Amino acid sequence: MLPLALTVLAGPLGALALIGLVPPLRRSGRPAAFVAIAGTAVALMAAAALAAPFVTAAPPAPAAFELVWMPLGTVPAIPFGLLVDGLSASMAVLVALVALLVQVYSLAYMAGEPPSSLGRYFAYHALFAFAMLGLVLAHNLLQTYVCWELVGLGSYLLIGFWFDRPAAGRAALKAFWTTRLGDVGFALGIVVLWSAAGTFTFAELFAKASSGAIAGGALTLGMLGIYAGAMGKSAQAPLHVWLPDAMEGPTPVSALIHAATMVAAGVYLMIRVAPLLALTPAVAEAVFAIGVATALLGASMALVERDLKRILAHSTVSQLGFMMAAVGSGGAAAAYFHLLTHGFFKALLFLAAGSLIHAFHTNDIFSMGRAVRAMPVTSACFAAGALALAGILPASGFFSKDEVLAAVLAGGHPVGFAILVGTAALTAFYIGRALLIALVGAGSGASREAHDPPPAMTAPMLVLAVPALAFGIAGPTVSRLVAAPEEHAPVVVPILGTLAALGGAAAAWVAFRRGALEIRARGPLAPLIRALERRWYLDAPFEWGYRVLHAGVFRGIAWLDRYVVDGAVNALAWGTWGAAGRLRAIQNGRVQDALYAVAAGLVLLAWLAWGA
Amino acid sequence: MTAPALLLVASALFSIGLFGVLARRHAIAVLLSIELMFNAVNLAVVTVAWSRGWLAGVVLALFGIAITVAEIAVGLALVLLASRMPGRVLLDELSELDG
Repeated sequence: MLPLALTVLAGPLGALALIGLVPPLRRSGRPAAFVAIAGTAVALMAAAALAAPFVTAAPPAPAAFELVWMPLGTVPAIPFGLLVDGLSASMAVLVALVALLVQVYSLAYMAGEPPSSLGRYFAYHALFAFAMLGLVLAHNLLQTYVCWELVGLGSYLLIGFWFDRPAAGRAALKAFWTTRLGDVGFALGIVVLWSAAGTFTFAELFAKASSGAIAGGALTLGMLGIYAGAMGKSAQAPLHVWLPDAMEGPTPVSALIHAATMVAAGVYLMIRVAPLLALTPAVAEAVFAIGVATALLGASMALVERDLKRILAHSTVSQLGFMMAAVGSGGAAAAYFHLLTHGFFKALLFLAAGSLIHAFHTNDIFSMGRAVRAMPVTSACFAAGALALAGILPASGFFSKDEVLAAVLAGGHPVGFAILVGTAALTAFYIGRALLIALVGAGSGASREAHDPPPAMTAPMLVLAVPALAFGIAGPTVSRLVAAPEEHAPVVVPILGTLAALGGAAAAWVAFRRGALEIRARGPLAPLIRALERRWYLDAPFEWGYRVLHAGVFRGIAWLDRYVVDGAVNALAWGTWGAAGRLRAIQNGRVQDALYAVAAGLVLLAWLAWGA
Repeated sequence: MTAPALLLVASALFSIGLFGVLARRHAIAVLLSIELMFNAVNLAVVTVAWSRGWLAGVVLALFGIAITVAEIAVGLALVLLASRMPGRVLLDELSELDG
């Protein structure tokens, strides 16, 4: 299995090295794109071969490969290793598949870029794919952290890909900073766990924690830190503020990173450390509560958004909240199932949205319209994704959301269950609104000539539409991948879930069936709508905090660096220069001056030898 | 003359030679002063050897004189070469060896 696992990583890494180290290739654009796509395709095939044994009825035992990376004297060495089990192998397939489809889609979507930018774009993609696959396959916390940061770097580079747009630069910085805020906690958590358990490796941590070798307080503290990291990456409230802004990046990037893979990394990490989470009920409780709050918050903000990509971003925040709520109430398998289906249908929605944006040259849903007739393939794909997101029966989202709701109920959280059912209704409402206004409505863009994109863009959407609709049947298999017992939810759960989804969809139909209709900020709901449009005013504290940091701490550090650190170096340089200027006068080449020095030295030596 | 008196003469000769090397500017005068210092050293060697009865020291002095002659030959050749250039016999002007 080791060669396969290494191939998964080597594909994208090789592509990155090739594009990064051969400038003519990078500047040539499309050839670089094909190199990146080939690398990802290799990774996908290897990941599929890796995952295949685990979906059979008799899955093999998890395999871990370990090398000593950093010997540390008396304490155990820091290992570098790969962990191949059902969870990591199947996640690697999802990552590689979506990455491959998105890269193919990008070929057409980014065709207007100059060749050198295109090469840069695909180099970033290869970097991201490598980092994400490394994160998935990591067998210890430290390696996870390294890849975690690399993934964050890839996200930063791709959000800010159009760096000549000030908004993109700001959004990239905001994403980086907000996730870093969580990562500080992650790093501290790793250190706390390491000092308590003396190991970074997941398997050893689980063994030590379950045998009680790790103090309860340290375990809780460490898990809180790890959860802080997951909060940042998976956009949990209040650290969700970066995700809507991250939509400044190219749409395929949003599909890959800010919907299907990177933002799911936080959930993936929590699923990975679920055995530790089970031992720390307080942290699990927090994960659950913040997850439910995030689900509601994200869905509420999506209700009034006009920007199609931002609607989907708020929706991603909300769905990540669903997953975290499931993890927090002990339903790691349900969360993972929802992670997979969400990866498929949200990537599909983003790709379809990208094709709408491509056709209408705007993100504003009110400036689109009547796409159903002009763009049948795109519309069908968007509708399939919307069906799955809303959780309406044949689509995959129904099954996974059902499992999430059942896990929350089984975890003993009736209130959270009720909130999540309500959120499911909101979900159906906002995606119904987006669908009706953008695809059916007669917005200002409706008369323009819009048509389906080229096959390089439609093919990935069609491929993604299949699992988005049909992946629901894979539920039992997914439970087996995570080695979770199959549970049968009370029948009331799917009925309530379906009722909520249909109710939300029906409300959207009643409100928006006539096409473009703006929610006017008038009447008793006006303050609420304004608050929603301003995203609950949650961005302001972060901006304020950043500004305070910038004005105070960073300026201070910059001053210190410029005048104290640089000053010391400069003083040394100038001092040497000045002293040399004076000293070189001695070397005037006159023999007798040199002899004076010799004579003086002689006298000094004589005095030292006899006089003193 | 006693050995201390001879050593006193030798150190006086050495000091005069040192003064000449340091203070005179003409190359030939400096060469002469160097000769003076050499002879002072030779005198000191012979004095010590003679007073202790070491013949080897006297032989060493003979070798020293021979080496001095050779050195003077080289030195004079250098001065002659320098004097071909107008006014280059003054040591202050031969300062191409500066850093």
